[in-house]
Amino acid sequence: MDQIFGIPINAFMGQLLIGLINGSFYALLSLGLAVIFGLLNIINFTHGAQYMMGAFAAYFLLNKLGMNYWWALVVAPLLVGATGVVIERFMLSKLYKLDHLYGLLLTFGLALIFEGIFRNEFGSAGLPYSMPEQLQGGHNLGFMFLPNYRAWVIGASLVICIGTWLLIEKTKLGAYLRAATENPKMVEAFGVNVPRMITLTYGFGVGLAALAGVFAAPIYQVSPQMGSSLIIVVFAVVVIGGMGSILGAVVTGFGLGVIEGLTKVFYPEASNTVIFVIMAIVLMIRPQGLFGQR
Amino acid sequence: MADPAHDPLATRDVEFDAKFFRYGLVAVLAFFLVAPTFIYPVFLMKVLCFALFACAFNLLIGFGGLLSFGHAMFLGMAGYVSAHAAKVWGLPVELAILTGTAAATVLGVAAGLLAIRRQGIYFAMITLALAQMVFFYCLQAPFTGGEDGIQSVPRGKLLGMIDLTNNFAMYYFVLAIFMAGFLLIVRTIHSPFGQVLKAIKENEPRAISLGYRTERYKFLAFVLSAALAGLAGATKAIVFQLASLTDVHWSMSGEVVLMTLLGGMGTLFGPIAGAFVIMAMENYLSNLGAWVTITQGIVFVICVLAFRRGIVGELEALLKRKLTFRQLLFVLFAFRHHKRAKERGGP
Amino acid sequence: MKFPMKTLAVAAALAFAAGAYAQAKKDEKKDESQISGGVVKIGVLNDQSSLYADLGGQGSVVAVKMAIADFKAKEKGLNVEVIFADHQNKPDVGSQIASKWIDAEGVDMIIDTPNSGVALAVNQVVRDKKKVFINSGAASSDLTGAKCSPNTVHWTYDTWMLANGTGSAIVKNGGDSWFFLTADYAFGHALERDTEAVVLKNGGKVVGKVRHPLNTQDFSSFLLQAQSSKAKIVGLANAGGDTSNSIKQAAEFGIVKGGQNLAGLLVFLTDVHALGLDKAQGLIFTETFYWDQNDASRAFTKRFAAANGGKYPTMVHAGVYAGTLHYLKAVAALKSDDGTAVVEQMKKTPTDDPLFGKGTIRADGRKIHPAYLFEVKKPSESKGPYDYYKLKATIPADQAFRPLKDGGCELVK
Repeated sequence: MDQIFGIPINAFMGQLLIGLINGSFYALLSLGLAVIFGLLNIINFTHGAQYMMGAFAAYFLLNKLGMNYWWALVVAPLLVGATGVVIERFMLSKLYKLDHLYGLLLTFGLALIFEGIFRNEFGSAGLPYSMPEQLQGGHNLGFMFLPNYRAWVIGASLVICIGTWLLIEKTKLGAYLRAATENPKMVEAFGVNVPRMITLTYGFGVGLAALAGVFAAPIYQVSPQMGSSLIIVVFAVVVIGGMGSILGAVVTGFGLGVIEGLTKVFYPEASNTVIFVIMAIVLMIRPQGLFGQR
Repeated sequence: MADPAHDPLATRDVEFDAKFFRYGLVAVLAFFLVAPTFIYPVFLMKVLCFALFACAFNLLIGFGGLLSFGHAMFLGMAGYVSAHAAKVWGLPVELAILTGTAAATVLGVAAGLLAIRRQGIYFAMITLALAQMVFFYCLQAPFTGGEDGIQSVPRGKLLGMIDLTNNFAMYYFVLAIFMAGFLLIVRTIHSPFGQVLKAIKENEPRAISLGYRTERYKFLAFVLSAALAGLAGATKAIVFQLASLTDVHWSMSGEVVLMTLLGGMGTLFGPIAGAFVIMAMENYLSNLGAWVTITQGIVFVICVLAFRRGIVGELEALLKRKLTFRQLLFVLFAFRHHKRAKERGGP
Repeated sequence: MKFPMKTLAVAAALAFAAGAYAQAKKDEKKDESQISGGVVKIGVLNDQSSLYADLGGQGSVVAVKMAIADFKAKEKGLNVEVIFADHQNKPDVGSQIASKWIDAEGVDMIIDTPNSGVALAVNQVVRDKKKVFINSGAASSDLTGAKCSPNTVHWTYDTWMLANGTGSAIVKNGGDSWFFLTADYAFGHALERDTEAVVLKNGGKVVGKVRHPLNTQDFSSFLLQAQSSKAKIVGLANAGGDTSNSIKQAAEFGIVKGGQNLAGLLVFLTDVHALGLDKAQGLIFTETFYWDQNDASRAFTKRFAAANGGKYPTMVHAGVYAGTLHYLKAVAALKSDDGTAVVEQMKKTPTDDPLFGKGTIRADGRKIHPAYLFEVKKPSESKGPYDYYKLKATIPADQAFRPLKDGGCELVK
């Protein structure tokens, strides 16, 4: 059969695969957001800028220090995560006693600052980052030509998402984190340094964003605006999945990527809006999200 | 907020508020009446349109307690409809602006019905989602012209007589529109409806227990805010003779939050001050592209961390303190005296 | 509340008085037959930071300054100043800057303006305020067609020329089935429309089209559609960074390996430079200037590169230089910078500059000069940086641009 639902099967499978690739980025980024919201109750608007900084960190590591892609995968998230720790310690922590919306506004402002600084230095056009040699080329799958690198992205993000989920749900550290979300005072009474845990958790979420940035560098251009175009979609994903739910973020991320890809095949004009339509519907019927608990 | 029954200073609050408003209104009006003689009128018109937009937004957050992160949809949609009405349907300018405002109102009703049931973060997110849908609709719809926007919108003649291509004539027309919108907001705040809204903002469960249908009040405030934002957008499209995607983009929603936050949320004149400062800053830095974004970000961060009352809020607080300045001095003096006495080993 | 009512009444009265005063003031506009403000002020309005910053950007400012110096403006008694601004590819930003420049800063001529959406908006503003607009960067043939204006001169190139140069060459060479990848704004639409017309006229067919937003980072899904259409030619109706990205990602997805060919409908020297010869080799496209054409262009390039950080000029920069020269000649001849009159003079005077040679400006504002079909060299054929093109054909000036009567311009009787 050459066609499926009236569309040539090549195009269908191809867009599906591209949808999975986009979904990997959605999943990785919404994972970080879900972790941060779950513990801090802060919507981290800076997430897009931190993703962008991860990509830039990879670019600098390569061009100034000669560190290749594989090193960048570890070093960039650490670097950007460190900036996250600084933000939490000196700015976010002051806002916990206030209305949560102030946190949103602060991170929004920080996003503007970071994007502005990078745009000032590098313009908006974008810098090239070459693909690591080991992942160049691709395989002809018959229905489309799949570049190796994109396959790697799907695989690696799956691994990281599942790994984080296991970390939070199945380990002792994760148990402490979840307990601290529900009752910080009690957990502190047991001798756990809750503020430090919160700081490190924020840093971890930021690091996840930066990691996604490193993944993105070889395929999308390293540009100061790469984050702002993505962040709104990622918010929608997190809201649909359930703002504090790790599993929700991952499943919804991949799922929505696929749905968006399919929409591009059947009804391309709506491909941009489909995620927001779904978000509006979910918010009306089940405001805590598909997997959320509050 | 101060309760007159328990706090003796509160009665001065009410007097102070009335005095501040009277002087403020005269000052603002006087400034805007003479400003075009020494400031480029098109810049002032931009300020007025954004000031109205920010006042409409402030009605919702400052007095209704609802943070909308999608207000750009009203500004932009009204602009597109007004531009289309003036250019393609050939409506006279007053009708074009009214049509744009009506479109924003309809959109406000639709969005309000969907969003009002939620609060806090969820409300903000749903308004953001709806605004994004409107953005992508505007990107695709043929009548909006996509990236090019609707260009060459005619300014026409006011009441068939006054030629609005003259910047001065256009300016006073825009000023009249702004004052009308602003005074409508003032009237709304001081009406019984406004009082209930304030009560809902402070303590919604209590308002519900008193028998008020809070959802209805919030919904009405939302629609009114949308309509006035639409008025601002429709007027802006005629002023600049162009309607474009910038006005429906989510960064425009962020910008109005910034203006209101900087000016003073919950104050009447705050949004005007905020709009003026932000527009002036953008104008001054316009040749340094990205610096505008950086400065906006810095203003956001500073306001959230250290300047939450905003320009007008701080001004009000400063002026209020002056009334008890002598008392303040006395308290300081007494405290130092007490401290010194303690050091000397006194009682 | 009594206060607002009284204040409102006073305000209304004042407003009407002011409006009437303003009306009267407008009627007594002074007659300008001198140089306004004693200064001829030129504004370079283009993209300084985004995908079109390399083909125009600061380089255009350099070009204008070189033209002013070469014209020896000071010796001729003309006081000329240059300012510039970034329109960020937004029509509202561009038109607001243009209005402010003309109303409040005494700018007499606006030049460059790539991005057809912005160019059309600025075209309207300049027309309303009766100044001069010399467009070198934008492509839309509507600037001399449906939207033509007595205050605008369209230099360098346009979508009709590109379509007829590149399009017909490719179709005649066997590329008779096309799939368009189009930037979704005025320029992309115009280029797609004009190229489709050429393809159909030459017996080819268009099997599919897809539109992408301006400044797109990821072309994967669009390229996939191009691949599944099985068209012989994937026509890139976009420019600048979008074109480079499309070509790079097309290589990643094996489009050319799969047997299809890419047609870059608008390619600049800076794009080839950014891509590198290994990715860009074999591309065929039309331009109206190349730095290595003759001695005059080489001499210009040497001076330009020295002032522009070593970067060589694109045809946009050349057009900015030549356009400024011709403008200043007209202003000097008329001893006035009245917009409409100067453009009239520019049309009356034949042009002659070291970069485009001899040419004319038609009644619809279209500057006429020959066009050249170039092919990008293989890496082995290039002798040094920027040695990228080989000349395939020359299209004479009278055939390069759309016939005067076909444009639908109201200025053409």
